[in-house]
Amino acid sequence: MQQMTNAFTAEQRTRLEEIQRLAEAAAEKPAALGPDVDLSAFRTVPEHDRVASIESIQRQIRETALMSGFTSDESQRSASYFQLDRTPIYERVMEAFGGQVEVMSTEDALGRYPEEMLSKWWWRAVPADKDKYTALVALHQTEGYFIRVKAGAKVEKPIQACLFVSESDVTQNVHNVIVVEDGAEASVITGCNVHTSVREGLHAGISEFFVGKGATLTFSMIHNWAEQFSVRPRTAIVVDDDGTYVNNYVLLKPVKSIQSFPIARLEGARSRAVFNTIVYGLKDSIIDLGSETQLIGEGSRSEAIARTVSKDRSTVYSRGRLVARTDSAKAHLDCRGIVQSHESTQWAIPDLASEGAPGAELSHEAAISPIAAEEVFYLMSRGMPKDEATSMITRGFVNIEIPGLPEPLRRTIDTAIEETSKESM
Amino acid sequence: MDDASTPLLEIADLHVRIGEREILSGVDLTIAEGETHVLLGPNGGGKTTLLNTILGMPGYEISQGTIAFRGQDLAALSIDERARLGIGVAFQRPPAVRGIKLRQMMRVAAGADFDDAELSAIAEEVDVAEMLDRDVNLGFSGGEAKRAEMAQLLAQQPALAMFDEPESGVDLDNIAVVGAAMHRLLRGERANAARRAGLIITHTGHILQYVTADVGHVLYEGRLACRGNPLDLIADISSQGYERCVECAACNR
Repeated sequence: MQQMTNAFTAEQRTRLEEIQRLAEAAAEKPAALGPDVDLSAFRTVPEHDRVASIESIQRQIRETALMSGFTSDESQRSASYFQLDRTPIYERVMEAFGGQVEVMSTEDALGRYPEEMLSKWWWRAVPADKDKYTALVALHQTEGYFIRVKAGAKVEKPIQACLFVSESDVTQNVHNVIVVEDGAEASVITGCNVHTSVREGLHAGISEFFVGKGATLTFSMIHNWAEQFSVRPRTAIVVDDDGTYVNNYVLLKPVKSIQSFPIARLEGARSRAVFNTIVYGLKDSIIDLGSETQLIGEGSRSEAIARTVSKDRSTVYSRGRLVARTDSAKAHLDCRGIVQSHESTQWAIPDLASEGAPGAELSHEAAISPIAAEEVFYLMSRGMPKDEATSMITRGFVNIEIPGLPEPLRRTIDTAIEETSKESM
Repeated sequence: MDDASTPLLEIADLHVRIGEREILSGVDLTIAEGETHVLLGPNGGGKTTLLNTILGMPGYEISQGTIAFRGQDLAALSIDERARLGIGVAFQRPPAVRGIKLRQMMRVAAGADFDDAELSAIAEEVDVAEMLDRDVNLGFSGGEAKRAEMAQLLAQQPALAMFDEPESGVDLDNIAVVGAAMHRLLRGERANAARRAGLIITHTGHILQYVTADVGHVLYEGRLACRGNPLDLIADISSQGYERCVECAACNR
């Protein structure tokens, strides 16, 4: 960043300095939620050489990335971005989608579009001084992706991005920006993965998404972390008139701790947000996930669905906050959990607020309960043994229907749920 | 064991409790291969208890007596083991299971060797094609639930098919669809299928307009009080009520 600042105008430099000041002031500020992570235990992720094709990426890394839906078969994708540790080693927009999609690192985007980046997107949705993790990214950023879908472009094939950590005891501090311009539609699949050899580490990720008028962004993320890995994403989404944001999040592997609470600001009239979350809490994982939707624009709508299964000694918080600031807002939360171990804890925390919006309709259903015995008996009465019946019902419970989910990702999630439920039986 | 002399289902002196309360007090019932029996009786008389006990549902404690299927004592067998032996059921009020599709339930019921063509043929037969990819029983109407149960039984092809009030809460069109499928299943009128034995619980007897049954029983105060032609029994019950019916000479066998 330092060497680039010469290219900026005085006004832009002032803004960058302001971000820096805010971040420095927040460098020790603990997060509101989740266990505290000692940042001094980690160094920054290393650099790597760029590669000419996805095939040239080490096989084991590719195979791990595939578990998150990142495929080497680029004919299935409109664009790809692969970041290994701190280096964007590969990015490509398929020819058919040239002129519709832009993919590059956020550093490149700052260099190329400083005016737009700094005035509209860069640290405009997430405050740099939110907590020590936003500060960490602001002060020690290690790239991240910039994806822009041009106005009116309907990109049928998903855009894929992978943020990969290959070493232990490092922090990956990425800053991602997705801009879907007016009338455009796109689906982004992001996988965050660690190498099978990685033990401890931290991923801090800032994600700022902007959904234009009448635009749709479907953002799907499958996480594969390690048992000693900590994860602190900070995400905010701003949706304009008639825009739709769909967030699909899947976590099926153990993690040391993850705490994430994306905030969707439905500023536009008739804007919509949908959050679908599938979580398996395994081993000693501490998982604190949720979302907040601020219903600001007239007629804005939102829905959040979470399914959580916890086992072993895991702790899972499933949060959902709806804040209505307009009379015509409607929103619903639906979080259901199954606790499958006496050493596991689940919290379902729905949280609704109407701030001066007497006409707003907010509702929630939250439940933590075992699989109903009569459902198990029902499957058994068709000839299925009890264990298989329980496992099939659990899979059905978590495998919520996600409209608009890219088909390859659907299959990836199905397979992952299948494997997780088998392993954890 | 399953030669001609061994009945398909043989229940002898069956006493069943739920908690402290005895619901069945000495039921004897024999069903031969391919025979269809009808179980009549007032509410609370123990009809569903008998069916659930045959299925092996928990909470139904056998305090005395035996149930044998093709000569094998069922006492130690789980629900799924009994199902795999050939006992099938269409529940009166099956539970909704989120995330499991009717299509999956039919595959579970069919076990191995069940191809898409067979599944489609059954779906068409009982008009469930539109429901195959819905969560089973979730938001199903009364008629849809009965057709879905029937579809699973047709996939399973059990040697003994039990039906708990197949006509309850269903309009006439749906009774006709379900009844016709029951008839074809039980009478062996489906392609490559032999006759199946049936045990039908019915309150009103409407279903017997569609299904030919061989023997009728009245389950009254925990015992099978009468045995006879199913349609005759229904006629007697509707004219005289259960109480008078079971006091008549024909019932005091």
